[in-house]
Amino acid sequence: MELNRIKIILEKYFEATATEAEEQELRNYFASDGVAPELETYIPMFAYFNQASEERSAREVPLKTKRNSYSYRWISIAAVLMLMFGLYYGNQIREQREAEFAYQETRRAFGLIAQNLDRGTEKVAFLGEFEQTKQKILNKN
Amino acid sequence: MTQSEFLEIVLPFKDKLYRLAKRLLISSEEAEDATQEVLLKLWSGKKKIAGYSNVEAFAMTMTRNFCLDRLKSRQAGNLKLVHSNFTDGGSSLQQQVEVRDSLDWVSRIMDELPEQQRMVLQLKDVEAYDYPEIEKLMDMKPTAVRVTLSRARKAVREKLLEKHRYGIK
Repeated sequence: MELNRIKIILEKYFEATATEAEEQELRNYFASDGVAPELETYIPMFAYFNQASEERSAREVPLKTKRNSYSYRWISIAAVLMLMFGLYYGNQIREQREAEFAYQETRRAFGLIAQNLDRGTEKVAFLGEFEQTKQKILNKN
Repeated sequence: MTQSEFLEIVLPFKDKLYRLAKRLLISSEEAEDATQEVLLKLWSGKKKIAGYSNVEAFAMTMTRNFCLDRLKSRQAGNLKLVHSNFTDGGSSLQQQVEVRDSLDWVSRIMDELPEQQRMVLQLKDVEAYDYPEIEKLMDMKPTAVRVTLSRARKAVREKLLEKHRYGIK
């Protein structure tokens, strides 16, 4: 009776019209020890399906993290921006320093001129003395 | 999504991808390559993963397409039969060896089936997917799936019976 039922389900199985429950029943039957000799041919088939579902992939998945390259991009953009700002402001500061240097130099030069001018005026003062003396002599005569 | 979150989603069905790939490409090396390729593709598109209702089905479809492309492009020209341990059958073989040999035989039978049948059989009888899932994965009509499955199972039975009779002779 049981065997007949299995045979009917088996036929449905090969026509792909068996329900999930019936297929499960077949799998259980062929995995058991009490398989009828006339159906033994089918044991390897079901045993193989069972075994094949146990097969495992042996390789690890090497996941390269891409978010690193993502942040690298932003870091490099930031670095370029910093560099440009640096060059720009650095130039400004250098120009200002140069201008200050030129100002100091000019002041020094003016200072020198003023000094020499003072010295010149001192000497001119002697000339004034000379004039006085000359007037004195002229008045005496 | 972090790497561990991704792996948590992917690892439960990674072996299914591998088995489907191996069913199609036959060589386990190529199957490993294909699995890796598919997972890397998933990983690089990981932002979209949340949008898929069924990541496993999506990955299976990707694997199927990837393997079919491999087969088509003939890059897989170096396909080899992995199971080549033919026994001489002369000396007294232990029953264990006999069972393993008959399993290898079924595996070889399956490798000879057309790709379509191989896939349906793999999905239904090995991975125990139900019909609607297979229809979606294979992009086939319900009747077409059943016809293909029936043909595949009958082809395996045919070859098994042949072998069985051969053994008796």
